[in-house]
Amino acid sequence: MKVKMLSRNPDNYVRDTKLDLQRVPRNYDPTLHPFEVPREYVRALNATKLERVFAKPFLASLDGHRDGVNCLAKHPKNLATVLSGACDGEVRIWNLTQRNCIRTIQAHEGFVRGICTRFCGTSFFTVGDDKTVKQWKMDGPGYGEEEEPLHTILGKTVYTGIDHHWKEAVFATCGQQVDIWDEQRTNPICSMTWGFDSISSVKFNPVETFLLGSCASDRNIVLYDMRQATPLKKVILDMRTNTICWNPMEAFIFTAANEDYNLYTFDMRALDTPVMVHMDHVSAVLDVDYSPTGKEFVSASFDKSIRIFPVDKSRSREVYHTKRMQHVICVKWTSDSKYIMCGSDEMNIRLWKANASEKLGVLTSREKAAKDYNQKLKEKFQHYPHIKRIARHRHLPKSIYSQIQEQRIMKEARRRKEVNRIKHSKPGSVPIVSEKKKHVVAVVK
Amino acid sequence: METAPKPGSDVPPKKDKLQTKRKKPRRYWEEETVPTTDGASPGPPCNKKNRGPQRPKNAHILKKSRISKKPQVPKKPREWKNPESQRSLSGAQDPFPGPAPVPVEVVQKFCRIDKSRKLPRSKAKTRSRLEVAEAEEEETSIKAARSELLLAEEPGFLEGEDGEDTAKICQADIVEAVDIASAAKHFDLNLRQFGPYRLNYSRTGRHLAFGGRRGHVAALDWVTKKLMCEINVMEAVRDIRFLHSEALLAVAQNRWLHIYDNQGIELHCIRRCDRVTRLEFLPFHFLLATASETGFLTYLDVSVGKIVAALNARAGRLDVMSQNPYNAVIHLGHSNGTVSLWSPAMKEPLAKILCHRGGVRAVAVDSTGTYMATSGLDHQLKIFDLRGTYQPLSTRTLPHGAGHLAFSQRGLLVAGMGDVVNIWAGQGKASPPSLEQPYLTHRLSGPVHGLQFCPFEDVLGVGHSGGITSMLVPGAGEPNFDGLESNPYRSRKQRQEWEVKALLEKVPAELICLDPRALAEVDVISLEQGKKERIERLGYDPEAKAPFQPKPKQKGRSSTASLVKRKRKVMDEEHRDKVRQSLQQQQQQQKEAKAKSTGARPSALDRFVR
Repeated sequence: MKVKMLSRNPDNYVRDTKLDLQRVPRNYDPTLHPFEVPREYVRALNATKLERVFAKPFLASLDGHRDGVNCLAKHPKNLATVLSGACDGEVRIWNLTQRNCIRTIQAHEGFVRGICTRFCGTSFFTVGDDKTVKQWKMDGPGYGEEEEPLHTILGKTVYTGIDHHWKEAVFATCGQQVDIWDEQRTNPICSMTWGFDSISSVKFNPVETFLLGSCASDRNIVLYDMRQATPLKKVILDMRTNTICWNPMEAFIFTAANEDYNLYTFDMRALDTPVMVHMDHVSAVLDVDYSPTGKEFVSASFDKSIRIFPVDKSRSREVYHTKRMQHVICVKWTSDSKYIMCGSDEMNIRLWKANASEKLGVLTSREKAAKDYNQKLKEKFQHYPHIKRIARHRHLPKSIYSQIQEQRIMKEARRRKEVNRIKHSKPGSVPIVSEKKKHVVAVVK
Repeated sequence: METAPKPGSDVPPKKDKLQTKRKKPRRYWEEETVPTTDGASPGPPCNKKNRGPQRPKNAHILKKSRISKKPQVPKKPREWKNPESQRSLSGAQDPFPGPAPVPVEVVQKFCRIDKSRKLPRSKAKTRSRLEVAEAEEEETSIKAARSELLLAEEPGFLEGEDGEDTAKICQADIVEAVDIASAAKHFDLNLRQFGPYRLNYSRTGRHLAFGGRRGHVAALDWVTKKLMCEINVMEAVRDIRFLHSEALLAVAQNRWLHIYDNQGIELHCIRRCDRVTRLEFLPFHFLLATASETGFLTYLDVSVGKIVAALNARAGRLDVMSQNPYNAVIHLGHSNGTVSLWSPAMKEPLAKILCHRGGVRAVAVDSTGTYMATSGLDHQLKIFDLRGTYQPLSTRTLPHGAGHLAFSQRGLLVAGMGDVVNIWAGQGKASPPSLEQPYLTHRLSGPVHGLQFCPFEDVLGVGHSGGITSMLVPGAGEPNFDGLESNPYRSRKQRQEWEVKALLEKVPAELICLDPRALAEVDVISLEQGKKERIERLGYDPEAKAPFQPKPKQKGRSSTASLVKRKRKVMDEEHRDKVRQSLQQQQQQQKEAKAKSTGARPSALDRFVR
């Protein structure tokens, strides 16, 4: 007879002293871990609920401006420094870690229309209603010196926006026309115009650095190549575009913030259909900025909220609002892709987390592992109705909520009418126009 | 043992050469990598775990990423060409090149994806994502299989000398042969006064609770023999069950269900569960299932104290119950010979299986949820396949019929017949026990009233009219427990932490169904329904293929006529495809119809069928 009994030595399974860690032998045999799918589902549900519990995105409000904040700029080299221009011509430089203002300049008379930093971070440019372009040093004046711009260019017309080239000493302004300036000269090296309306924003492409995009109040978006004397092409939309922003990762892609409450992501090679129409705002979209990852962007709207959209989704993943925040005029995503800043009408700059439930600060390795595990679970079970419902739930101010309802009814009525029209006319005579194509009027080359 | 040369290789001539040429001392593995041999396989020695006689020989060896059954022949010539490439800096050669081999059967155990099913037709993006997920899944199963090497314990076994029948070996012999610690696990509790006894082990296998018909209830740490509590409830005790941990105890008494803590203090008296005959606890759902004389199956959520469902089985008195540990479905045996499967989400049974002529006396389901053993008043013991077919796999007639059945973690089946217990064993963990020859038998001092294998131990607890007997059954228990799931050696702190975790991930009762993995599958029906509704709402199909629009060609080449021509060409082609497909379908249907008609005998009435 040969016999062996299961006989464990408890010393192998119990820790020696109280100072040791507990011993936890593992066996991954599936029969010892029954119900793995239902248990993972419950874990995912819990993780989703906790995510909503910990969603506290608002970090700080920077106050000090004495008029509405009109424009924001990031420092290219320093994460903590932010510049803002207000409607009374004041420019302030802020320190985000200390959350205070470190410098105040009375830059212009009237609005500061645009502000941008030089790629090296040593100076910045502002344009204002007083028809001037001013270059300022990033560091404050020394003791006894006066606060003075490095250069001042007096223009003929009002400039409404400015953007600096990402690699060279060149910047572009817009107003009646798009002007491209060398930093050393007082006259533009090149002026480009297409149509006669005022241009509201101009942006350099961060990847293909010679490309520019601009949008004007005659409803068009025009693309330029700096090396050519004439614009490349333009697309005309239903309504006016307020700002555009290039995707920092994909050279061809840009997003336009439109007056008709939507945002349009275009591929500049095929302007006749936008890649995606982003709908969720209930009022005009005023500003848009991409995350440095190029996967998401944030938009600021006249409806007193900001929303975060994934690039490939037509609906927003997040909406931020507070009781005191008025019409949001400008918004920026910080270069570490963790925070969002927005400047609004009521003179404040607000700092938000890009991921509402993210824990700030250093994570221990166990925290990190748990976070990763929960993230994966949420991703795995995101389409389950219970989990989706919880993950999508957002509180909205009453005004936005009721407007959404109202617009839903309007949209439904329009759709119903269209369906009826198709149903009662000769098959094929009424074309079905997709939502993407509906808003593009024409493309001109 | 590891270097045992393969039978195909020509070992003797190689050895001769070695001896004649040089007598340099060699490492044991270099024998195989001598360049003069051509038939020897240079593959690494097989899995180190392949030692015990009970482990299957792993003939198949796993390559780096995919599980392939091909021998590693094509790799060989490359190794001869540049042996330098495998040399490390010090000049030593890696005797085990490549990743460690993993046996195929072990990988299969951990595999969660059915590779035979094709991926659904979907968009390229979804498809690539699915493919990535599959590759990841395969990688994890290989890693899990590889980690089996780290398991510390080997299962027990009992083998007779050749010709010796293991069933003839009595407990006294086993106790004499095994070590002291194991021998101490065999004991008898002589409790003639309050018997017969029902008993229950806690989920970790550390604690034992038993209740006698005449009101004696006790709980103890049976390994150290430390008594936790001993009370007399002054009422008949029908059944006893630990709840999720050893701190709580449910006792089915004559009138009502009572819950005690491990000090013997009565915490709850649940009057909504009256005249309970059998108890089952579903640990992952925190549900206590009770079967009563009134014919109700009641699910009590012990974490919130609410009754989740009370189902009327409509089959009279219920006194045969067991749970399927794989999917938490409750099996009830009825007096008409059927076994019905219940879930709290449904008012009707999920399935009904006619098992016996005459009433069902006992039901048990094994830990993988594959096999169900039943015994009936017709003295038969049957093993059923639960994987969809519900057909008996094997049947055996027992002289007295079995009144109690239980499965062990490793698939041993025990039956209590009068005052005798018989244990049958199968080939391995996932195979049904063969009922030909019992593995062990034992006679007790009184008729059996309750049976349970102790989890993670080679011990069978038997409650009978003379008390409690703890039997040694080598090979019954799972040797390697998972410390995070149920740890017999856990401290109080660990137990508390585990309790919080377990409560956090309590599975809702509605998720109990026959296939616990069904939740992970795509609900195709509702998906298609949703699509249909969307088309109706929109008035057109947004995912339909757009009609072909010819692209304008070079200047002068795309006249309207040529455009129309090209369009027409594509449309015709599509139309032809459609016709071809429908024709094929028709032919197929005709073929099937023919096959059917030949199968059944033609009837005179067929002429009236339209």
